[in-house]
Parts: sequence; C-alpha cells; structure tokens
Amino acid sequence: MSRLFHLWVYLETTPLLGLTITLAVFLFATVAARRGATLLPAFPTLANPVLIAIILLVLFLEASGLSYAAYFQGAQYIHFLLGPATVALAVPLYDHLGEIRKALRALFPALLLGSATAAASAVVVAEALDAPRVVVLSLLPKSVTTPIAMGIADAVGGDPSLAAVFVLITGLTASLIALPLLRALGVRDFRALGFAAGVSGHGLATAEMFRHSAVAGAFGGLAIGLNGLATSLIVPLIARLFVPH
Amino acid sequence: MIGGLTALLLFQLAGEVTARGLGLPVPGPVLGMVYLFLFLFLRERRTGKTVPQGLRQTAEGLLSHLGLLFVPAGVGVINGLAVLAANGAAIAVAIGVSTALALIVTAFTMQALDRPGTEGAGEAAGEGGGEAR
Repeated sequence: MSRLFHLWVYLETTPLLGLTITLAVFLFATVAARRGATLLPAFPTLANPVLIAIILLVLFLEASGLSYAAYFQGAQYIHFLLGPATVALAVPLYDHLGEIRKALRALFPALLLGSATAAASAVVVAEALDAPRVVVLSLLPKSVTTPIAMGIADAVGGDPSLAAVFVLITGLTASLIALPLLRALGVRDFRALGFAAGVSGHGLATAEMFRHSAVAGAFGGLAIGLNGLATSLIVPLIARLFVPH
Repeated sequence: MIGGLTALLLFQLAGEVTARGLGLPVPGPVLGMVYLFLFLFLRERRTGKTVPQGLRQTAEGLLSHLGLLFVPAGVGVINGLAVLAANGAAIAVAIGVSTALALIVTAFTMQALDRPGTEGAGEAAGEGGGEAR
C-alpha cells in the first residue's frame, strides 16, 4: 500500500505523467476520430481528435484526483510549442502571399463585421438568457487567441480564466461547425472558409482548416493575428453599447 | 530541424521582447509571426531565395499537429466546470449562435467583396496545397 502511495506521489510530481498521457491520449483520439468518421458518416466533424482528447483527459483527471496544476507540469512542454507554432504561421502566410494580396480588399470588411458579430451576438444572446454579468463580459473576447482574450476580459471587467474557458469552447465549436455549416450554405472558396474559421474560432478552428487545405490554414492564420487586433479595439465599444451598467 | 526551431524561437523571443518591453497589447508570438513574415519577404526581395528548407520542415511539422498543442490548455476547462454547470444553457446557446453568425458574416462578406472568377483559383490551390495532413 505504501509502495503504491509512493509511486503515486512520484507520478504526481514528475512531468513525465502529464506529458505522456497527453500524447498517448491524443494518439488514441486521432485513431478513434478516424474510426468515428467512418462509423458516423453523417457527423464526420464530431469525430474531432482535439475534442475527444480533452474529454478523455478531463475524465482522467476527475477520476484519478490528479490536479490540473500537477497535470500541466508535464503538459506545459506541449503547451509551450504553441508559441513557435504561432510564429510558424508566417510560412503558409508567405506561401500564399499572392492570394492574400488579391483578397485584401475583401479581408478587412469581413474581419471587422465578423469580429463585431462574434462579440455582440454572444452578449445579446447571453443577456437574453439571463447569464450573470461576469459571464456576459467574459464572453466578449471569446473568438480571439487565449492571451489576447484574457487581457481583454480583464480590461472590460470580465474574468480572465473564465474567458480562457470560453475561448476554448468557441474554438471547438467553430472547428466542429465551420465546414459543414458554410459548405451547406454554398461557400466553396477555401480562402473564405479559412478566414471565417480564424475570425470566429482562432487557432483551434485554424488547426482544423490545416487538415483540409493549406490555403484555408494560411487565411486562418492571418485571421488569428488580425482579429486579435480588431477585437481589442472593438470589444470595449461593444461592452459600452450592449452591456448595461 | 534544429535550425528551424532556433529560428522560430528567436522570432518569438524578439516578439516577446518588443511586446513586453513596449507594453503593446499584442501577444509576443503574434508579433514574432509578423517579424518572420517580414524577414521572409525581405529575404526573397534581396537574394531571391525562398523559405529555408529546415525552417519549412519545422514549421510544417508543428502546424500539421497544431490541434495537439491546444489540448493542455483545453483540459483547463476543468477549472470552469462549476460556472459552466450553473449557466450551461445560456453559455452553450450564446457561443453556438454567435460562432455560427460570425462564420456566416465573415465568409459571406468576403465572398461578396472578392472579385468573381478568382474563386476557383483559391479552391484549386487549396486542393493542390492540401499537404498539411
């Protein structure tokens, strides 16, 4: 018994556990998603490896009692790579510079309208459904990349860590619905698909776009950066207009 | 590979240093992306060389597994479960509706303003360049 206890104490304090289960669960989720896509051909995007991996890991933490902080000790090495991966988005952007230039005229109106829609509609719906004020304010920056969202939430009086959770749920939602929804509405252009996914669902939806098309991924990457800037300018305005004091 | 990773980290570092040093409201990695983009642009202008092979390999390797990199932060949802349980319906509907609307508004604005006739080009390049996975 005491040997098991010591083993658990060791596993709780070493980064090895968090790092290994993240990779192992993600590998499993990737295979499961591929199987699921063939089993459930009607809902192919539901079989999303990121979603499956997160659900399984949350269940594991809940069942084992391992704290998120202890888990993150190991998982942080994967999390850290988000930084260089964001920088790496410059490569597909550069590869598709010609197409981005051609679409430039359409990009900025699409960015501003999309960005404002994402924030304003979330607030209007949440208020109509009587969500508490802190929830409403933390929903405002949900479509941008986490560090920007946390900063904005803090600035408008929301809760940064709650905002981070909403960012995640929004990214997952966008990566699940972007392709089926827009394709059903007749959008075929990968530039519009990728840009819309990046504006509404930041890096998570962009990751999903990269699985389908490098062009869509490049436009998603562009949207992440631009929407970070646009949202930090637009959200304080929307907070003043739509959230009663 | 090592060269590529070093380059990405150097640009990220430069981004973090300027963002934090000047107190800019932009995350360092996003600024690093801008720097790397400018570097690639100026490099080709000056020397005619395209993206260095090692950098391309590392960048494409990281980006083809971009989803994995969101998992650790995603598991952080566990810290918000209480708020989610208390306001689940409002949050789910607000996020679902606003995400769908933002997708539609962005995609349709872009399609409406884009010159007709270039649409097929984007799609063809998308299919041809879909080597990310």
